[in-house]
Amino acid sequence: MPVESVFPRLEALLPHVQKPIQYVGGELNSTVKDWDACDVRWALMYPDAYEVGLPNQGVMILYEVLNEREGVLAERTYSVWPDLEELMRKHEVPQFTVDAHRPVGAFDLFGVSFSTELGYTNLLTALDLAGIPLSAAERTEDHPVVVAGGHAAFNPEPIAEFIDCAVIGDGEQAVLEISEIVRAWKAADRPGGREELLLRLAKTGGVYVPGFYDVEYLPDGRIARMVPNRSGVPWRVSKHTVMDLDEWPYPKQPLVPLAETVHERMSVEIFRGCTRGCRFCQAGMITRPVRERSITGIGDMVDKGLKATGFEEVGLLSLSSADHSEIADVAGGLADRYEEDKIGLSLPSTRVDAFNIDLANELTRNGRRSGLTFAPEGGSERIRKVINKMVSEEDLIRTVSTAYGNGWRQVKLYFMCGLPTETDEDVLQIADMATRVIAEGRKVSGSNDIRCTVSIGGFVPKPHTPFQWAPQLSSEETDARLAKLRDRIRGDKKYGRSIGFRYHDGKPGIVEGLLSRGDRRVGAVIRAVYEAGGRFDGWREYFSYDQWMECAARVLPGYGVDVDWYTTRERSYEEVLPWDHLDSGLDKDWLWEDWQDALDEVEVEDCRWTPCFDCGVCPQMQTEIQIGPTGKKLLPLTVVGK
Amino acid sequence: MQRVRLRYTKRGRLRFTSHRDFQRAFERALRRAEVPMAYSAGFTPHPKVSYANAAPTGTASEAEYLEIALAAPREVAWLRERLDESLPAGLDIVDAVEAKTSGFAERLEASAWELRLEGVDPAEAERAAKVFLTTSSVEVSRETKKGIRTFDARAAVTALEAADAFASPSPSGGSDALASVPCAILRLVVRHLTPAVRPDDVLSGLRSVADLAPPVPAGVTRLAQGPLDERTGTVTDPFAPDRDAATAALPTAAGQQAAAAPEITGQ
Ligand code: SF4
Repeated sequence: MPVESVFPRLEALLPHVQKPIQYVGGELNSTVKDWDACDVRWALMYPDAYEVGLPNQGVMILYEVLNEREGVLAERTYSVWPDLEELMRKHEVPQFTVDAHRPVGAFDLFGVSFSTELGYTNLLTALDLAGIPLSAAERTEDHPVVVAGGHAAFNPEPIAEFIDCAVIGDGEQAVLEISEIVRAWKAADRPGGREELLLRLAKTGGVYVPGFYDVEYLPDGRIARMVPNRSGVPWRVSKHTVMDLDEWPYPKQPLVPLAETVHERMSVEIFRGCTRGCRFCQAGMITRPVRERSITGIGDMVDKGLKATGFEEVGLLSLSSADHSEIADVAGGLADRYEEDKIGLSLPSTRVDAFNIDLANELTRNGRRSGLTFAPEGGSERIRKVINKMVSEEDLIRTVSTAYGNGWRQVKLYFMCGLPTETDEDVLQIADMATRVIAEGRKVSGSNDIRCTVSIGGFVPKPHTPFQWAPQLSSEETDARLAKLRDRIRGDKKYGRSIGFRYHDGKPGIVEGLLSRGDRRVGAVIRAVYEAGGRFDGWREYFSYDQWMECAARVLPGYGVDVDWYTTRERSYEEVLPWDHLDSGLDKDWLWEDWQDALDEVEVEDCRWTPCFDCGVCPQMQTEIQIGPTGKKLLPLTVVGK
Repeated sequence: MQRVRLRYTKRGRLRFTSHRDFQRAFERALRRAEVPMAYSAGFTPHPKVSYANAAPTGTASEAEYLEIALAAPREVAWLRERLDESLPAGLDIVDAVEAKTSGFAERLEASAWELRLEGVDPAEAERAAKVFLTTSSVEVSRETKKGIRTFDARAAVTALEAADAFASPSPSGGSDALASVPCAILRLVVRHLTPAVRPDDVLSGLRSVADLAPPVPAGVTRLAQGPLDERTGTVTDPFAPDRDAATAALPTAAGQQAAAAPEITGQ
């Protein structure tokens, strides 16, 4: 059955909204496939505004991987701003895709990628606008199967009621497998309805269907256990891992938006995973092991991507880009290739060492040296041992003064506040560090015109990390500690004016904490906030802490728990955690030992350069570290005459 | 240094492209098409592109103009084709000419617009247009960054008339499925004066002097931009002088190109 475009109806609303271009699609390299020629149709969503969602690599990769498949179609949809939402409700225009403006409710699958938990209320808005019942239990065969993915899906329990299933880990192979299962089920005339389809997905062991698990609670509110309630449903669901990145050079044709977005550049992912073992870092823990793209694979993607897009900047993405085994040759080779073409190269890396500065120097050969960023994360040497960020005060000062010596004028230092075992003293040492940095910088640069910015935010303990048991610092204590640090920095007569201070107050962190380590009961809070008008929680102008707390206070006491119970409470070894049945590969006992090591201020090495320390991922997921060096070099590109 | 003038469109849904959005897209297209651009001097060199009065966001256009400067000469037809391919469909390069004359911007004296008024009876639109034209001064207000501005929208208008709705399918992509709904089409010619009078201003003028209130936002398309032929009241091709200059130098080949140039008063 043909599905009609809602564009004619939407079009009449667009002159009345801000930045209408974000709703019209038509981006370079976007694809519109014939609806009737496809039997598996995905609507993919990044649950935030277009300007944030469009550059998202995850969605862009899946969009291309799916559309390359014969008979499979994927279109994109993003959160609409409240001005358009209001008009859509008034004129009964449903949530639409930007590609062909088809109603989201008409697709077979609705895949939503969550980088953060702050997109949950936006999921509910989109479901409601799409005419899809908020509760999965109320959906019928006519509704799309709602699939959650992205890092936040490693604990999908708070949104368990609203999604049909979740996929954890790398999505590119997983979405193809799901497509095949949906195709076979549709071809057989949908035997057993929606239930049977979900069962087929669940039985793969790689798709989590919350409805197939019952959660039992203890009288004190903790979880007793999570039990499958159908036969054939696995006790634990595994994450997906793509092993050979060179075989998956996506996006090959990156989308180029007309609207302005948060990243006006092309990105090439140079490796996945990170084994530095920073204990606060969920991304590092859940994406193990390290899998590098080869130097030639990177060179190829940059070349083809630039030709396909016309971007003038390329970002070399990963969790710690300076750690690629051949990064010096990658950076040097690309800088050589594109020196003439005015193509900018950037490499997100916050490593605190001289090598990082060499790289930055290489990438800014003929540009201006404005700012360099380092992330010591903790203010004192002691706390850095707790979080396993192995950098000494001496290293840091030496590194930063080298940066000033190389002509960099502005250095940014990233920290966290509220780390386990932290005291005021640990945080106040940040001020001392910053003054030493400025003093040293003035000496080596021979100039007083240098700056250092301290940027600090509250730490939120995350699932699947050694800190998953840790108490979160309350927002009051976080704010008090940050105020002391601010006063210490501002009070410094000699250096204070050269030090910038940026901080995020502790309140949003508490909501993030509630959602990160929440269980199914937190879903009721999300629904209440959505119903009270909560939207766009990642945006300062929309986020309302008070609304979250009011809703939580209304809903949670019915379950005998409260916000503190989820956030500032320390968990014990025996406690069943809401995400225990989702297998990231990390051995829970190893995580616990690492948590104990943290408390004992014992550090752990990186398994790329030392023997395996048995985190459990490789044997559990049957994966292994994939790193170079390959010994290859990037050759200059030959200019083809016209 | 070779300079090339291009005529481009903003069609269909891409009429919601703002001028800034277009600039970004065009500069990317230049790189994709590997056009050897001349760059400005300075710390952050920019490719040399100059844009002539861009149509407002939300209005479609068949006749936007810009000029680029090249560091190495290229064939004009090749440039037009490559750049058109490199831009998203809807932002189309429809004509190109090598700059042989100066004063291009001044040549863009007036614009011809089409206003598609869905849900408005053509007779009603015709009546309103007559009232507008017989009024000597039509005060309108528009919100600008500096607050509300009030000015005359009448003096700049040299023509305003109803056109046959069915002879001219809208390039702005309105819904044609609703055939039962009446649709009036107005043709408007406006001189480029200061302050600039936009189609929106004429629409608010029509509302104030003749109570014309379309139920849905008007579909507005710029059909042409160029010198105003005072005798016929039409807007003519601003590339003509460049073509004439080229024809004078190269009698045969370029002459054909001029003959093939699109009819600029609307298509
Ligand atoms: S299992 Fe061993 S080698 Fe694999 S990521 Fe964990 S520590 Fe590293």
